[in-house]
Amino acid sequence: MTMIFGLEGTAWNLSAAIVDENEVIAETTATYRPASGGIHPREAAQHHASHIGEVVRETIKKGGRNIDAVAFSQGPGLGPCLRTVATAARALSLTLNVPLIGVNHCIAHIEVGRWKTPARDPVTLYVSGANSQVMAYRAGYYRVFGETLDIGIGNALDKFARSVNLPHPGGPRVEELAKQASQYIPLPYTVKGMDFSFSGLSTAAQEATKKHALPDVCHSFQETAFAMLVEVTERAVAHTGKKEVLLAGGVGANMRLRQMLGMMCEDRGIEFYVPEKRFMGDNGAMIAYLGLLMFKAGYRTPVFESRVDPDFRPDEVVVKWR
Amino acid sequence: MEMIASGAEAVIALDGTTIIKTRVSKRYRLKEIDDTLRRERTRTEARLISEARRCGVPTPIIKDVTGFEIMMEYIDGDPLKNVITPVLSEQAGEVIGKLHSGGLVHGDLTTSNIIFMNGKLFLIDFGLAYIDSTLEARGVDIHVLFQTFESTHEGHEELIEAFKKGYSRTLPGADEVIKRVSEIESRGRYT
Repeated sequence: MTMIFGLEGTAWNLSAAIVDENEVIAETTATYRPASGGIHPREAAQHHASHIGEVVRETIKKGGRNIDAVAFSQGPGLGPCLRTVATAARALSLTLNVPLIGVNHCIAHIEVGRWKTPARDPVTLYVSGANSQVMAYRAGYYRVFGETLDIGIGNALDKFARSVNLPHPGGPRVEELAKQASQYIPLPYTVKGMDFSFSGLSTAAQEATKKHALPDVCHSFQETAFAMLVEVTERAVAHTGKKEVLLAGGVGANMRLRQMLGMMCEDRGIEFYVPEKRFMGDNGAMIAYLGLLMFKAGYRTPVFESRVDPDFRPDEVVVKWR
Repeated sequence: MEMIASGAEAVIALDGTTIIKTRVSKRYRLKEIDDTLRRERTRTEARLISEARRCGVPTPIIKDVTGFEIMMEYIDGDPLKNVITPVLSEQAGEVIGKLHSGGLVHGDLTTSNIIFMNGKLFLIDFGLAYIDSTLEARGVDIHVLFQTFESTHEGHEELIEAFKKGYSRTLPGADEVIKRVSEIESRGRYT
């Protein structure tokens, strides 16, 4: 058995976990919740810095025997948060005298899905606050087939929600309100080639609330944004010929998005997989698990190469573990 | 009438010498969104096919556009992928150069979407075409085509060089686009 310690803290969630090939041995999480407004990068980093000691200690206490390596999110994410977590990961790796492994956060979302669902070679729709990407494996890389040209879908929902005084995070509130809608209000649908854009949609939705009932706007926002995501996912499926779709990321909790993806997959006769909730949002287990795959394939990140990269793209990583 | 192709977005049927391209409904999205998208895209595609023709690019003649359907001339020739040579690749370069000069981008260039008929190369399937004169859009357009050269054709380097020659002949400032193509390649996207 290989035991890997993983540390995640790219944005609001600080989470440490220990995994082996089969299961999560221990996991401890401390979540940053802004008093008002959205995520403030510096405040989130301060939150991580003040909790990381106890999160690491707690996790080690629950299952920290014979750890083979320490994995951490090297990016993408908020610079101050990434630096805080990377510092802790380096210190832990030196203390335990085990190798350090910097992992790509987006790929960790895919790999945890391949671990905890029957998906083997899926097209992945990864939707979170900061990220919105359609990815699939081909010839040694996780290729990005489509992605947002501006902000992530979660961020777009949050921005809109804040503008109408809904508390953060806005996505779940928008989903609730949408259920009370009585009509659809046309909003800008922006798919360019294989990419999508959400900032214009968010602004248009804010404007629409001046003339229309909030539930109607919430409904229209979701329907428009999710149709864009599903359309690009379907195109990637058609292009690659893959037979599975995997949903990843915090926005994947949205039931309407799941329903739409499910219908698309059903109509194409392919499988649709959603991991259980604890593996969908940012979590330490996914970082530890990708660390495990990479450790076994021989990856090591010496300290001098362990600098964080807030713009770390999944398609920069040579995949040797598949 | 005979169904000849079915993609993510549309089905293609052949009726005598007429191609009927129908954008299919998607039940995952609201009817309002579904209808609007299909209607607008059908109209845009027909308009861009005609516009490309006006720029001197051989394309199918549009016979009729109704709702979600385009009826157009059937280009009964050989897909470039079956007949490609450096000479034809150079000719393809000229055609794409003309398209780009006219401010259009095809959006899905492959050697299956370029058809050789009566000595001319026709561009088909403008489903993802749009209006854009930026280096990035033109660069991606060509990069995608070069990838089909690389993945399906022997001697692709010669084909690419020939293409560039033709492209430079019909598009002023083609050098800049070709430079951008190498940059796009290094990013490892658009596979």
